Amino acid sequence: MRYAYYPGCSLTESAREFDVSTRLVMERLGCELVEIPDWTCCGASAAEPVSRLMNYALPARNLAIAEQDMDGMDVLAPCAACYLNLLKVGREAVGDRHLHGRINEVLAASGLVYRGKARVRHLLDVLKNDVGAKIVEQKVTDSLKGMKIAPYYGCQILRPYPVFDDPGKPVSMEPFIEAMGGEVHRWDMGNRCCGASLMVGHPEVAIRSVAEILNAARGADAIATVCPLCQMNLEAYQAKAARAGGRRVPVLYLTQLMGLAMGLDDKAMRLSDNLTMTPAVRRGIAARAWAEPAPGQGAETVEASG
Amino acid sequence: MSGAVRETWSPAPESDRMILKELRETVGACMQCGTCTASCPNWHAMDVTPRAMWRMIQFGMLDRILESRTFWMCSSCYLCTLRCPRGLKLTSAMAALKRLAGVANGPAARRNGSFYAAFMDDVEAHGRVQETSMMQRYFIRRRDPAAPLAFLPLGVRMLSKGKVHLPGRGMGGVLKPLFAKARELEGTP
Repeated sequence: MRYAYYPGCSLTESAREFDVSTRLVMERLGCELVEIPDWTCCGASAAEPVSRLMNYALPARNLAIAEQDMDGMDVLAPCAACYLNLLKVGREAVGDRHLHGRINEVLAASGLVYRGKARVRHLLDVLKNDVGAKIVEQKVTDSLKGMKIAPYYGCQILRPYPVFDDPGKPVSMEPFIEAMGGEVHRWDMGNRCCGASLMVGHPEVAIRSVAEILNAARGADAIATVCPLCQMNLEAYQAKAARAGGRRVPVLYLTQLMGLAMGLDDKAMRLSDNLTMTPAVRRGIAARAWAEPAPGQGAETVEASG
Repeated sequence: MSGAVRETWSPAPESDRMILKELRETVGACMQCGTCTASCPNWHAMDVTPRAMWRMIQFGMLDRILESRTFWMCSSCYLCTLRCPRGLKLTSAMAALKRLAGVANGPAARRNGSFYAAFMDDVEAHGRVQETSMMQRYFIRRRDPAAPLAFLPLGVRMLSKGKVHLPGRGMGGVLKPLFAKARELEGTP
């Protein structure tokens, strides 16, 4: 399986570990990622408040290049905001002749045309529907047995367009957590907003959401995300969230956990890039500290499942 | 015109009209059920509920709308859009309100919109966002000497992990012609 890979800006900077782990894990799963040449920013959630037209034209530029040069491959985006922006052009501009025309008027300034043919996929969609948890299970060499993982989906991969999972109760990560030998932390915060870019201008608002999410992860050994902004918000502000009553929990990308379970080492998965990765947490992961429940925790598990 | 009418129907300048028209089309069918307000994770920071905001748009209460901080508190999580029983694009309406306030360009818009503007300036300059230069642009626009200090510890941690790099040329100005064309079509300066 080949995909036109759209990393997005975050994955070249603050979310490097997401890019590296995605590429390595997808390769092991038999997927070839071909990076879209000369891709540019999708506008994230900042374009729409500035220019409605650029909110469509920025993602359309990348899709136009993929349509032109990449032989009908599905476009794969690991970042939630990139995915939604790319998806949104297809959903909202195709069939709207006025809007589609204006987008192409903008793209004509650099000699491109967006036809609306490119199919946009999120990483989790590809994992669920093209790869499957069975394949992952076969590749697991270093099981994460006993590790309790809270799946965190965030907002934009299922809202407002629920393409591959239920936006009210998303479950698509769960088979993969189980395939890795991990245990799913049941909670209802998996699709709660992390505050997104409000963290920059109005941190007091976003910290409240982050603290609630971190609190709900009580009992989990890690939170698994598939969004670079969620990861940043849940991770970088844990000290502040702790003052607002939040708990400290390691936050990893799902792909990092998958790589670890497939026998890739923590250097390859760039665990040291994660801001929550203290030496103790790293040792815990290396030693699979969760495999043996600490005294007293066994009873708690029975109680929770009963 | 009586005083009462003038209060609710503020005359909209030409530049606002397109956005206001689009907004009224977007929320025109709102039946005031309040599902959006009940769904919003940031309701506690808003001065006008989202439901009341749609009503104010229907009534064209431009002055009251622009005074509100409600739309600046939208984090684009799309929960209201997902749940709206009328299928209205409410998150897009919040973004349109931010654009409307940006055109009016008061001090609140400069403060609250500076992150979005800085982000887009950086995209225009480099093709891809470079986090250090984007944040520099944000601090300059924000004109708040305390803002950089609040981000200093995180910035240092990220630089020390090599997670952000000093701004280079990125993709260069490859997007400049697109931005110019969009400005021409949208009639923005």
